[in-house]
Order: sequence, then structure tokens, then C-alpha cells
Amino acid sequence: MGRIHLEAVRKTYAGNLEVVKGVDLDIADGEFIVLVGPSGCGKSTLLRMIAGLETITSGTITIGERVVNKLDPADRNIAMVFQNYALYPHMSVYENLAYGLRNHGTPKSEIEARVQEAARMLQLEPYLTRKPRALSGGQRQRVAMGRAIVRKPDAFLFDEPLSNLDAKLRVSMRGEIRQLQRRLGTTAVYVTHDQLEAMTLADRLVVLNGGQIEQIGTPLEVYHAPASTFVAGFIGSPAMNLLPAEVSGQDIRVGQTRVASCAPEGIAGAVTLGVRPEDVTLARDASSGVSLKISYIEELGAQRLVHGTVEGQQLTMAISPSEPLSDTVEIAIASDKLHFFGSDSGARLNR
Amino acid sequence: MKRVQFQSRWVPYVLLLPQLTIVCLFFLWPAGEAIRSSFYLEDPFGFGSTFVGLDNFKTILSDPEYFKAAAFTAVFTFLVAFFALSLSLLLAVKADKVVKGATVYKTLIIWVYAVAPPVTGLIGAMLFDVNIGPFTHLAHDFGWDMRVGVNYYDTAFAMVVAAVWNQIPINFIYFLSGLQSIPKAVQEAASIDCRSSFKRFWTVTFPLLAPTGFFMLVINITYAMFDTFGLVDVMTKNEPANNPVTLVYKVYADGFRGNDLGGSSAQSVVLMIVVFALTIVQFRFVERRVHYN
Repeated sequence: MGRIHLEAVRKTYAGNLEVVKGVDLDIADGEFIVLVGPSGCGKSTLLRMIAGLETITSGTITIGERVVNKLDPADRNIAMVFQNYALYPHMSVYENLAYGLRNHGTPKSEIEARVQEAARMLQLEPYLTRKPRALSGGQRQRVAMGRAIVRKPDAFLFDEPLSNLDAKLRVSMRGEIRQLQRRLGTTAVYVTHDQLEAMTLADRLVVLNGGQIEQIGTPLEVYHAPASTFVAGFIGSPAMNLLPAEVSGQDIRVGQTRVASCAPEGIAGAVTLGVRPEDVTLARDASSGVSLKISYIEELGAQRLVHGTVEGQQLTMAISPSEPLSDTVEIAIASDKLHFFGSDSGARLNR
Repeated sequence: MKRVQFQSRWVPYVLLLPQLTIVCLFFLWPAGEAIRSSFYLEDPFGFGSTFVGLDNFKTILSDPEYFKAAAFTAVFTFLVAFFALSLSLLLAVKADKVVKGATVYKTLIIWVYAVAPPVTGLIGAMLFDVNIGPFTHLAHDFGWDMRVGVNYYDTAFAMVVAAVWNQIPINFIYFLSGLQSIPKAVQEAASIDCRSSFKRFWTVTFPLLAPTGFFMLVINITYAMFDTFGLVDVMTKNEPANNPVTLVYKVYADGFRGNDLGGSSAQSVVLMIVVFALTIVQFRFVERRVHYN
């Protein structure tokens, strides 16, 4: 059915510009996969290669049981939702939904039934006779979703579908997309640069950087055990603190300050130390030995972000807004929540 | 939107003045003169004129030659607009898909537009020349005894070909820019929804191109009816009698060659009415069917 398999997929543009550098990925039927990464990481290109809108330089893409490398987009039985909706401006909402079915030779009564069902699911019934230009952004996005649903495809492909919506609508549409996908049980591949969107939607995250996969895992796996400094810095907001540190025996030092003494076995020498802002707390007694010189404070309401420096290194901590602060505070770092990365490779060292 | 208010209420009129002067001097005044003189019989040698009421109109409307020219103009306009639009659309669609050497290809198609209509006529006349024209030789090879400038239909054929050739580049530019303004994502969505690129063109690309197409239709009809004067003049080789002429050319031929200023004024008044009617038809009935974003 909707299993998608990518094997050593590469994309090279003219001038030897390699934007996708050998990607292997196995997507199970019904799974919600999010491709996330900064702009230019090749995530959209990868999605468009699955859709058939870009040719594949080398490698194989399999959807269901078929190798689709040479198939037309229309023959791959996929549906795509575009960033700017890409609705047909000269057709009514009904025609927009029915267009794909008509071209596939679906019987008229079947088309009618499927369009009505999709319209009901997406609360589009009152707008079926309208043209897209008479709809709001959120409604257009629903029509784009509806166009994907009516096809009953093997897979939904989403190309940053929410980035044209305002923040509030984005959150509610995000929830709707997730529920809809669960209900239909259709495989989904979703591209975004927004790590929050990625975390909330994904069954599994695929973090891409520079045309390569940095890490594949569930949102919590990726959050709690990032495979590299890139993933650590990219996933989670506020971002993980990354400090150059020195490990000798059990002691972990940043500059002259010993920040913890719980280094796992097998790690020694220069490392990059990763600490999530929520794993930094104010020290209960004033003699923890780690002092943070506060630069500025951001109030988030439920949380307070304190930005400062330890031994000249940037560090952010997320604490309760009720705790009293002075210019310099003593802090404690949760010793079981430390992340160690190779200082050159950036690859994860512990666990 | 910000509304700009002028300090003095005369400023807008002063700014409009040059344009209004041009309209009055080159359109309203001559048009008024034409209407006036269409009711008079001018002495061919300029010794005065006599008011004859609607006689000039009665004369042209009972002249079979006039209806022949009118029929030719209609057929000519239809053929030129149809072929100029469809061929340029075909070229634009194909050029839009070219990736390598696109600029060279586009320039080659566009530069014909720099050729003025009389020169088009001249080139056309040479290409179709009875003795040296390569097209004539080609036609002979297929057993067609082509005599442009002598045979009515052969001349008409050559005129249509030359006019279409001259008009294709400008149509091409507009269609190409129209095609490029269609969002790429919409085309891609269509390529997922519809396998046949032919069907995709007619159901998605063409309707989205309709605003450009409508505008081009107006431009092409105007071109075929009025701007082909020079071409007709060269092609008919100053012998309009046996050759097809358009209504605009007939106004010139009767007025300045036949020295019948009253009659030719009446003809131009009829043309004005035709243009007026065409404009109303185009904007009332055609534009309404066109989708604008």
C-alpha cells in the first residue's frame, strides 16, 4: 500500500551541485514522516522527487510495490499539498476537488460522493460553488487538503503547507492535519523548516542538513538524544546550549569552572557539551561554583529565559518566573541530562 | 491605498493637457472633419463643395465594390487574427518549455516585430514575386500557378501570410509572459492531477491565459483591420482594381487616388461606427467570459 522506500537517492543539478547526497529512508504504511531542516538542506527537493516533479539523478524510489523513478507524477498515486495552495483559480471549489478524479476516469456518482465527503470532513460544504479568490487563507488551505483527500492516494506529500498562514491558524490547522491523517491512515511525508511543527506532527522525524540525513527518530528520541550538534541546535526552542568543554576523569570543565563531575566512561579530552535550557536551574546553595553572569532576560509568561555567560560562553536557562534573580547567579546543571559531542565531528558521544 | 490630493484644482487639468491636445488635434478634429465632409460632395479640383445630405452614404452602400472590400476585410481580419494568435500561442508554449538556449530562441522569434508593415509588404511581395519569388517557385513545384498581384485569391493569400508573419512576434512576447505568470505550483498540481499534457493545457493553462488572450484578440483585430495599410499598398502594387483591398485602404484609394473626398469620408464614418460597435461587443460580451485573477 503506502510504504515508501528510498534507496541511495541523489539529486545533482547542472554544475555538479549536489543537493541530495544519497538518502536512504524507509517509511511504513500509515506513518507520518516529517522532513525537517534549514532552508537549502534538500528537504523540498527530496519531497518533489518522491512526487515526480524533479527527476532522480540516481537511486531508487519505491511507492507501494512499484519503483516510480520513471513514472509521471499523475501515475504515482500520490497527492501533494503546496505551500501557496496552488488551487486552480478559474475553477470553483467543487471543480478543484473533482478535477483530479475526472482525469482519472472516476464515475460521476463516485466523484460526487467523494467530493461531498471531503467537503464535510473539512467543513467546506458552504463554499463549494465559490472561486478560490473568494476564500480566506485557511479555507484555501482546506481546499488544498480536500484535493489531496478525494484522490485516496497511497501517500500525502506536504510541502510547507502552513507557512503562509498566521500563527494562530497554523496551530489549529496543524492539529487538523494530524487528526485527518490518523483517521484516514494514509502515509504522509511532510516538509517543514519549523522544528515545532515537526515535533508536534511527526511519528518519526527526519532531520536533514546539507542534503544528508543527520538523524531519524521519534520526536522524543531526537529531542532527548540528538545525534549531532546540528540536530541538538536545530530541534528544541530555545535551542540547546552548546559549550566547548574539557573532560578529565569524571570532571567536566568549561574554562576554569568545573560544571559537573559525572562524565561517563570513555569520554575524555575536548568535547562539546550540550545542555537543554530547562536542565539548568538556580543552585539551592550559593556555593555550586558555577556562576552565570546575566546579560538579558526574556519573559514568556509561564517561563523566563535567562541569557548570560559562564566563563565567557553563552548559556540560556529556562526557569520559573517567580524565582528571584540578581546580576550574577549560581546555577546547577542536571548531571544526568548532559549531552556530549565530539568537538571536531559534532557527533554524539554518550549513550 | 493612499490618495494623492493636488493643492490646486487646476494642476490635474494642466497635467492632462498634453494628452487631451493630442486626442483633440489628431482624433476628434479629423473625425469631426470626416463626419462633416461625408455630407458634402467635394469638387475634385478643390473649387468648392456642395451639401448632398446622405447621398455619399447611399452611394457607397449601393456599391458592390464596397461590399466586396468589406467582405474581404472581414475574412482577412478573421484569418490573420486566428493564425497569428494560434501560431504564436503554439510557439510560446513550446518556447516556454525550452531550457537550453532559450534566450537565443526567443530573440529569433521576436525580432521580426522590428520590421515595419510596409517593409513586411515589400519582403512579402519579393517572396511571392511572379518571376523571382521563392514561394512562387515552391507553389509551382506543387502545381500551383501563383500570380500575386494579378490573381485576386493569390494576392489575398500572400497578404494573409505576410500579415500573420509580421504579427506573430508581438503575440509571442505577450503569450510567453502570460505563460510565465501562471504560478509554477499550479502547473505542478495539474501535472499530479492530470496525466495528459494536452488536456492539462486546455483545462488549466489556457483558461489562465485567457486574459492575455482576450487582450491579444483586440490588438490583432485592430492590427488586421487598420495597421495593414502599408502591406496592402505594397502587395497590390498600386493596382487595387483587380486586387483585394481592406476597407481602410479603400478609404485612401477612393479619397486620394479617386479624388472623391466626400465618398471616402463617408467610408471612414462607416468604419468609425464599425470600430465603435466592435469595441462594445468585445468588452461587453467577450470580457465577461474571461476569468481575471
